[in-house]
Amino acid sequence: MWPRIKRWLAALWRTIRRPSIHYSLGFLTLGGFIAGVLFWGAFNTGLELTNTEAFCTGCHEMRDNVFQELKTTIHYTNRSGVRATCPDCHVPHQWTDKIARKMQASKEVYGKIFGTVDTREKFLDHRLELAQHEWARLKANDSLECRNCHNYTSMDLTRQSTRAAEIHKRWLGSGEKTCIDCHKGIAHHLPDMTGVPQG
Amino acid sequence: MRQKPLIVILALVVLVAAAIGFAVGRKSSHEPRPVAVQATTSPAIASTAEPAPAGDQIDAIRRGAPVNQEIAAPLMARVENADIKRVRAYPMQPPTIPHSIDNYQIDKNSNRCLLCHARANADKFQAPPVSVTHYMDRNDQFLATISPRRYFCNQCHVVQTDAKPLVANNFKDIDSILSEEQDKKAN
Repeated sequence: MWPRIKRWLAALWRTIRRPSIHYSLGFLTLGGFIAGVLFWGAFNTGLELTNTEAFCTGCHEMRDNVFQELKTTIHYTNRSGVRATCPDCHVPHQWTDKIARKMQASKEVYGKIFGTVDTREKFLDHRLELAQHEWARLKANDSLECRNCHNYTSMDLTRQSTRAAEIHKRWLGSGEKTCIDCHKGIAHHLPDMTGVPQG
Repeated sequence: MRQKPLIVILALVVLVAAAIGFAVGRKSSHEPRPVAVQATTSPAIASTAEPAPAGDQIDAIRRGAPVNQEIAAPLMARVENADIKRVRAYPMQPPTIPHSIDNYQIDKNSNRCLLCHARANADKFQAPPVSVTHYMDRNDQFLATISPRRYFCNQCHVVQTDAKPLVANNFKDIDSILSEEQDKKAN
């Protein structure tokens, strides 16, 4: 087996190294460029396809648990009708971070195939662990996904209730705390929080 | 399929019966019914409260409308969110909540109120900490954490809305009664 692969690889290497005999340089460069554009377009289209709420809620694990909880919150329905979808909070918007997150998410595909949380009971058992991953991620990137929309410098504190304004000024304005420190469970129900520091 | 004519006749009979039933049902539901909406006004604070229910009606939520009638729903009340503490109407009244508590999770997993009002967090959020009595069990023994019987905050503490009261009330707190007594004595 191994010698055969070696021979095949050697032949491939020889072909790649040799200058082209039949095709012009122009054809090869232009053809490579067009093929590259097509590949890149297809790749990004596929990537964005997995970055939609329809895709996320395609699995019953997401549709029946976390999506139902989201529906009662202000991030799903509110006075102005602006809403957040799953990837707005759970996938970084910057390209490199997004790719990193997508590679991590391959574990979720594994979980789907092997049914790690395919019943409500299993989901509740794993809920704290799953939540802790998200809290750790948001804590580490200073609540980047919140701040994609909620910019502290654009917050009009006078439009907030007095206590909210005070608390935001004291903790968020000073940079001592980040959004997720106080707003755990803003979009989904909280698991058993015994022993989890809040605020 | 020698039974074919029989089946067709049967189906026709069923259809006709259904049509008659439908027509009768529609007609009877459109019959006008006598309506008696008459509000008897209570003398004292009538203007601030909804009109009292008519006749022997006891359900104030229906606002005097007969049970077979649907009236326009009143506007939804807004929760007062001004963060200004309200006076207690009587010494042992659970203080009302001066802010909105939309979507606050209070269940066996988590208690959103205690995020700010717990003893340990009150300073961070400048919130009034939960009273010491809430850390006591039935036998007045102090517990390390909130007493389970006090855990569900909004069993006693509620938000206030700008809704008109459904039933008028002329409650006077003890201070005003005492001062009235004194005024009487003085006169």
